[in-house]
Amino acid sequence: MSDMDEFLEMFFAECDELLEGVATGLRQMDSSEYEKETVHAVFRAVHSVKGGAAAFGLSDLVSFAHKFETVLDLVRSDALDPDPRLMAVLHRSSDCLADLVEAARKSIDPDHARREELLGELEKLIGVKDENENDDDVEFEPISIDLMSFDAPEVPESYRIFFEPNADLYRSGNDPVAIIRALDKLGETDITIDTARVPVLSEWDDSTPVLGWTVLLRTTASTAAIEDVFEFVEDCCKLEITALVAEQGDEGDGTAQTSSEDFPTVDVTAQQVQETTDDQAETVSTKAAFSPLAPTSANAGSEGRAVKSSETSSSATIRVSLDRVDKLMNMIGELVIKEAMLSQVIQTAGFAEDPEVKGGLESLRQLAGDIQESVMAIRAQPLKQVFQRMHRILREAAEATGKQVRLVTSGEQTEVDKTMIERLIDPLTHMIRNSVDHGLEDAITRKRNGKPQEGTVTLSAAHKSGRVQIEVSDNGCGINRARVRQIAEEKGLIAPGATLSPAEIDSLLFLPGFSSKSEVSALSGRGVGLDVVRREIMALGGRVMISSSEGKGTTFTITLPLTLAVLEGMLIQLNNQTMVLPITAVQETLRPEQSSLHGIGRSGRTLSNRDELIPIIDLGCIFGFREKPSASDEGVLIVVETDGHKRAAFQVDAIFDQRQVVIKSLEENYGRVPGVSAATILGDGKIALIIDPEEIVLSSHSDQGPEQMALTANG
Amino acid sequence: MSIRILAVDDSSTIRGLVSRALKQAGFEVYLACDGVEGVGTLPDADPHLIITDINMPKMDGFGLIESVRASAEYRSVPILVLTTESGTELKARARKCGATGWIVKPFEDDRLIAVIDKVLGR
Repeated sequence: MSDMDEFLEMFFAECDELLEGVATGLRQMDSSEYEKETVHAVFRAVHSVKGGAAAFGLSDLVSFAHKFETVLDLVRSDALDPDPRLMAVLHRSSDCLADLVEAARKSIDPDHARREELLGELEKLIGVKDENENDDDVEFEPISIDLMSFDAPEVPESYRIFFEPNADLYRSGNDPVAIIRALDKLGETDITIDTARVPVLSEWDDSTPVLGWTVLLRTTASTAAIEDVFEFVEDCCKLEITALVAEQGDEGDGTAQTSSEDFPTVDVTAQQVQETTDDQAETVSTKAAFSPLAPTSANAGSEGRAVKSSETSSSATIRVSLDRVDKLMNMIGELVIKEAMLSQVIQTAGFAEDPEVKGGLESLRQLAGDIQESVMAIRAQPLKQVFQRMHRILREAAEATGKQVRLVTSGEQTEVDKTMIERLIDPLTHMIRNSVDHGLEDAITRKRNGKPQEGTVTLSAAHKSGRVQIEVSDNGCGINRARVRQIAEEKGLIAPGATLSPAEIDSLLFLPGFSSKSEVSALSGRGVGLDVVRREIMALGGRVMISSSEGKGTTFTITLPLTLAVLEGMLIQLNNQTMVLPITAVQETLRPEQSSLHGIGRSGRTLSNRDELIPIIDLGCIFGFREKPSASDEGVLIVVETDGHKRAAFQVDAIFDQRQVVIKSLEENYGRVPGVSAATILGDGKIALIIDPEEIVLSSHSDQGPEQMALTANG
Repeated sequence: MSIRILAVDDSSTIRGLVSRALKQAGFEVYLACDGVEGVGTLPDADPHLIITDINMPKMDGFGLIESVRASAEYRSVPILVLTTESGTELKARARKCGATGWIVKPFEDDRLIAVIDKVLGR
């Protein structure tokens, strides 16, 4: 990666923050009570995007940001009123700016039509107010000026330059010495200082500069190059540049003449010039009516404070490539495994009870846990960035459906693993669209039903018992269960007339092949159903639930693990094989008692548990360890619960431990294995499969018998 | 003795670009991300030159220039304004506050160094 690419990447990363700031600020501006600073902040953010974009020659971005910024400037100077119509344009401009950044990042062509359209709207807003500024302001083509390469004449020419600074020159930090040195760099110089206006000491007024210089310059540089030396001071000095006719061999004489006619001259060296001007600068600025800074800041020589301030500017955060963190996380996974192996070896060797060994192992375990947590914290990111994007999704969905919708978010600061953040965008987008498209009624229907015309979609997040819970809810019409049932029957997903609880009907929405109104909706339809959402969430080790109340709205609840790297598991035994069952699914474990076991039909077996009959599933059969289920009263029963509140009792041979296991994906090497979500390495170095209880329970509920997913991979 | 330059800009990209250009030219670089931090960094940086952005949170470039010019120790330090605007109004305002000169973003590294050399008389 070249140096410049690195800066470009840095710029895009900065853009993400800036754009987020713009979006947040604009939303604050939507309500009438916002602080003026909000507009300033939005302006600055857009301005920074423009500045950075200009540095990389991203002209589409620059010109758009410029117009956007101009409108914001008019808003902050109260020339434009941020009414809802204007705000709508600003929101769309913010979206468009984000698109342009994204297009630049991916080096693809942006949506020019959209850009042009918005530019037109922005220009309309700017109206005549900006007309004369425009040309002046948009000078973004990098100008390269090489001071030495102005169309330089071959033969040196002579110039007489008379230069007399006024007080502003000194006051603005400009230095006559620097200017004279710059002239000296252009060629040969002969410098005379004009001391005519230096008064006698008694009349000395140190606020009025009294020095002037005449420089005879013999140079091949152009007049433009000479003028460029005075670029910053032309408004604060008397300046005359005269080209002299070359007088061979006699140039010094003529000039000395001119000088002496005008004023008495003293020949000085550059060193003297330096000394004189130092004195003058000193006196001018001493007399000037500036109040010194408060002593604390002026004399803040205390090392500690100073060092700190410079540090905060450069090292408050660092950007680290995700690969590095992943590598660290992997190594910590290995560490956890090695630690488990070590403790097993120690156990086998019979040292486990030695207090020192025990203590040492314990602190090692603790340390490994702490390191793991710290790395997880590095990877943790607030959900804010995902939530922010949803505002736009909602706005676009509302526009497409013509509904009035408001998005309320809460718990944006809830942190989840970075990988999860990225993978949550699609499912959440889908759910938000779904809520707007299917959940909310149109304004007329809402009004008729006595609801506010504007529908609300709420997006919230919170940490709940070691997991992250995200809810997407709307205050729409709720799920039309009769219709859902009808569709499911038509599509053959359920048997006609099947007895289903309301919750079970709601869960039908997640079935593959159920896409309720894809035929009429271009928005959330797209042939993709909620089953995809569910699959994506499950791939993250999460669960989705749906609940709905007719006429009041629908709520989707997603629960996610905090990390994709480790899992708290229950180690179980099946036919001498160790497997891992995620603890989150486990409700209780029990030894089967004959009194609570009931047979149903030919081979069905159920357990009476908490006033409910739940199916008993022998995992040994599921994974192909045995042909026939073991007797119901053998082994241990583990009661598990799934998202859809479906419960089942897993029959296993034994339970022998509960511990954190490091998740190793199987899919890279083996593809998807039914009933298994991943694998892990145990303390003895053996591999154990991690069971996916969800899939097992679901498939045992469906028509497909559990036997059909018998696993052979485990041998 | 190396020449110390304090660069103040709220954009980390611009800070990075300026800092790279300055370091390549052999300057010692100090960075700050707004006017307040810029003023706070003065005692540590004790700069020979300051480069500042105009639009910044907390204290903008104009505020920074005024503060520097009002201080006893740093009032004669040259200050270059680095800005995307090249309007005369902005230049006039910057000058009124005490800015020494200006560079319009986007700058080329050579141009930036040339302007610095000119202002410092190098």
